[in-house]
Amino acid sequence: MSLTTLLTPTLSMDTALHLAGLAVVLALLSSVVSLAAKRAPWVLRRVATPLLGCVGLAALAAGVLALLVGEVVTVTLPLGLPWLPWHIRLDALSGFFLAVIGVVTCAVGLYGPSYVRGFEHGKDSLTALGGFSGLFLTGMLLVVLADDAFLFMVAWELMSLSSYFLVAFHHEHAENRRAAFLYLLMAHVGGLMILLAYGVLAAFGDSFAFVDLRAAPVPTVWAGVAFALAFMGFGMKAGLVPLHAWLPEAHPVAPSHISALMSGVMLKVAVYGFIRVCFDLIGQIQWQWGVVVLAIGCLSALFGVLSALMQTDLKRLLAYSSVENLGIIFIALGLSLVFLSADFTELGALAFVAALYHCLNHALFKGLLFLGAGAILHGTRERDLDQMGGLLRRMPWTGLFFLVGVLSISALPPFNGFVSEWLTFQAALQAWQLDSGVLRSLIPIASAVLALTGALVAVTFVKVYGIAFLGQARSRHVRRAHRGPWGMLAGQGLLAVLCLALGVLPTWVIGLIDAVPRQVLGDGLPQAGAYGWLWLTPVSPQTASYSGPLVVLMLAGIGLTAFWGLNHLWAKGAAVRWVRRGDAWDCGFAPPSPRMQYTATSFAQPIRRVFGLLFQIEESVTTQEDGSTRHRLRIRDRFWGLLYLPIARAVESSARRVVRLQSGNVRVYLGWTLATLVGLLWIIT
Amino acid sequence: MGNFLTGSGWGIAALQSLLYIALAPLLVGWLRKVKARLQNRRGPSLLQPYRDLYKLLAKEARVAHTTSPLFRAAPYIVFTATWMAAATVPLLVVDLPTAAIADIIVLVGLLALARVFLALAGMDVGTAFGGMGASREMLIGALAEPAMLMAVFTLAMTAHSTNLSSVIDHHLSDGFVLRPSYLFALGGLVLVAIAETGRIPVDNPTTHLELTMVHEAMLLEYSGRHLALMEWAAQLKLLLYGTLIVNVFFPWGIGQGLSPAALGLGLAAVVGKLAVLAAALAVGETVLAKMRLFRAPAFLNLALLLSLLGLLSHVILEVGA
Repeated sequence: MSLTTLLTPTLSMDTALHLAGLAVVLALLSSVVSLAAKRAPWVLRRVATPLLGCVGLAALAAGVLALLVGEVVTVTLPLGLPWLPWHIRLDALSGFFLAVIGVVTCAVGLYGPSYVRGFEHGKDSLTALGGFSGLFLTGMLLVVLADDAFLFMVAWELMSLSSYFLVAFHHEHAENRRAAFLYLLMAHVGGLMILLAYGVLAAFGDSFAFVDLRAAPVPTVWAGVAFALAFMGFGMKAGLVPLHAWLPEAHPVAPSHISALMSGVMLKVAVYGFIRVCFDLIGQIQWQWGVVVLAIGCLSALFGVLSALMQTDLKRLLAYSSVENLGIIFIALGLSLVFLSADFTELGALAFVAALYHCLNHALFKGLLFLGAGAILHGTRERDLDQMGGLLRRMPWTGLFFLVGVLSISALPPFNGFVSEWLTFQAALQAWQLDSGVLRSLIPIASAVLALTGALVAVTFVKVYGIAFLGQARSRHVRRAHRGPWGMLAGQGLLAVLCLALGVLPTWVIGLIDAVPRQVLGDGLPQAGAYGWLWLTPVSPQTASYSGPLVVLMLAGIGLTAFWGLNHLWAKGAAVRWVRRGDAWDCGFAPPSPRMQYTATSFAQPIRRVFGLLFQIEESVTTQEDGSTRHRLRIRDRFWGLLYLPIARAVESSARRVVRLQSGNVRVYLGWTLATLVGLLWIIT
Repeated sequence: MGNFLTGSGWGIAALQSLLYIALAPLLVGWLRKVKARLQNRRGPSLLQPYRDLYKLLAKEARVAHTTSPLFRAAPYIVFTATWMAAATVPLLVVDLPTAAIADIIVLVGLLALARVFLALAGMDVGTAFGGMGASREMLIGALAEPAMLMAVFTLAMTAHSTNLSSVIDHHLSDGFVLRPSYLFALGGLVLVAIAETGRIPVDNPTTHLELTMVHEAMLLEYSGRHLALMEWAAQLKLLLYGTLIVNVFFPWGIGQGLSPAALGLGLAAVVGKLAVLAAALAVGETVLAKMRLFRAPAFLNLALLLSLLGLLSHVILEVGA
């Protein structure tokens, strides 16, 4: 706290707001500058993309400052419609998400220049890439700053539309165009639901400003309707199952640094929207909402990770893993809703902090992994895991940073993913305090799902790392991979260091995040850092404690002592001291060739067999005429057949019926118009 | 937090962790001895595992051309993580500072860290067996880990703490109450322990038959001191699970103070309990045959179901009462 008191007199919320404004202006500037990229392609690499890094820095500074000061500042802009000016508000919640956006954008700013260089000689439009990247960031920044539904929706649509153009960036491939269209469609259905949710609230608040919506006396039933609409709308953007179908199609096809922004940051903006509307604006929380969120979160987590496990395309795998991580975030949010509805504010705050912590962590490690996937794509032109292998020796730094990302996302101590999972479990373990027996027994089941998910994530990412970075190269172009420029490594390195830091020093981070639940829920986690920065004690030291710094210290200390002791003290004789290299033994069979290695497909085979019922799997082995055999495997999402295709068919058949109105006769059209007008007038009067 | 940070507490914790690495080979030796007796053999001496480790440590280490630096780092990471996980389980006395640093969720996390590096090392050589072992180990681990977490959560919810020392304290002060949840959790944890330590019927630690091995397949390319560390880590893991089962579910005899008498009694009690447990495991391994790999998921699902039933019976039956 001494830092806060030191900074408060000199730095205030106004400074934070100015920094946030600066970030928005810089993002727009980056977008405008990119217009010149048609004439001078270097503009994108030298000016527009580094500007994104500055946007990130400004947003990060604004966010951290807002969290440190912990107050609220609002301002009304002379923009928008005459009777609907735009309201801006910067509070702890916005500040936290500004920081999440900022930190990933910083890394993208470091990484991007070398990555976009590859496009300078291609056919793709650099103006589109730079212009829409800037607009995309502007949209995300404005969403978290908006203080009225009008500006929120404008910014939301700006974010959705500009990211559509980024998804469609490589539009020469038909499947990319299809992915982009699906994304556009679902983003708009989602946007419509959010609009309706605001509409329900505005009907009782008589205004679109969040201040009035917050104070609106909404009856319980209508609050439930608004919650359902908001959950569906934001859930669609967050990629929750079963509304996830667009995500694994759209995220992988964008350029990698944009994929990092979409998966790492844009999904978090959806989480922000959900928290803003459900926790802050609606306010009167029912336990049923918590149960629904918990159930959908569990479904997304488990289905997401199993789908990720089945993939062989690296970027697609990462996209499915985002579905899983958003599931974990919503499990924590669901726990928070359940505790809040039963008036356990402190436990609600614990689960809420766990959700926010996981938001931040996911932004960091998923950003890192997408940047790593981009570096592999840059160095080998390959996205298919089954063609990779042995990259750790060709790209040692990328390999090291990717390993940090893998360990973090697998929730292994002492990295950051572990801390948020630990907090979520701690919240779930307080379920015994609830009065309702149903809730008491639902929460353990949710925590079992979370545990299974965590373990399966480890399988998924052992597969990714083992197949891509270890072993021997499975194709020629992967054998000749090049290391990649320093800028790209710096971007990944920044995120990797943060992944470790957030795992080792959770007490500081929670001290910073704590301002958010204190503002939104009215209670924080005063206990979390009560025993100094060394100990994380979310409830009380008797209940649970974790010391990240000491775990790291002991792991490193014992490991290095063992290494030094065995290699330098024990193995003194020259004969045993040096490690000799030879061929692999492999049970004494023929020297192993790269083709004998397990592939990503074969690695996942046992899991595919155990959980195969959840997917539509077509597998066949056929013998060709020349005697060779071919293995075919096709895995499809069951939700396509269960949900999407029926809806698509219904839309098509109803469209065919509506077509009958189209006779081509103007008089009939005028008749319809008149009938509609009369009908509307009748409804109004 | 204050009482955890006394010097003597740290001293005992260090002693206890050293005792773990010292005792781990003995447990394996005892297990092999009992098993040999049951099969009408005399079997190797109790100290044979120590001799094996010494022999391996004195030998030259070889690694394959195709490996990356991760292959050489993995034995140290696996050994350290397993040891650190073991150090959080009270062996002789409760109230350890190590239990405050890392609770049972961290324990499970550290074991997962060791498993991930073991699997990665298996895949690093680029042979068919390494990948096979890694794939199977991760399958078993993925199904065993949630069962283990649910089992320990049953204990944690009963004691309202995830700190293992507090859990044992709570159980001791509660006296002998037969809780249905504990029985379920015990069943689940025993099954998990069998799967995680690679014992029959899930895996066979003595096999080198190509198509059946799981744990051994990942160690195939290790030699010398690297292999010694990996073997030692596996022995530590067995001792860890054994101690977890006997000291949490049958905590009687464990020392509650730091006096030499309490320590001696604690040592005698834990050695006796572990000897009985290992003998039971040996009987089980003698009468059972190894399962096919694809029957292991059913085995582990049973473990998960038992643990979940334990947790549910706790929140439904025991919380309100």
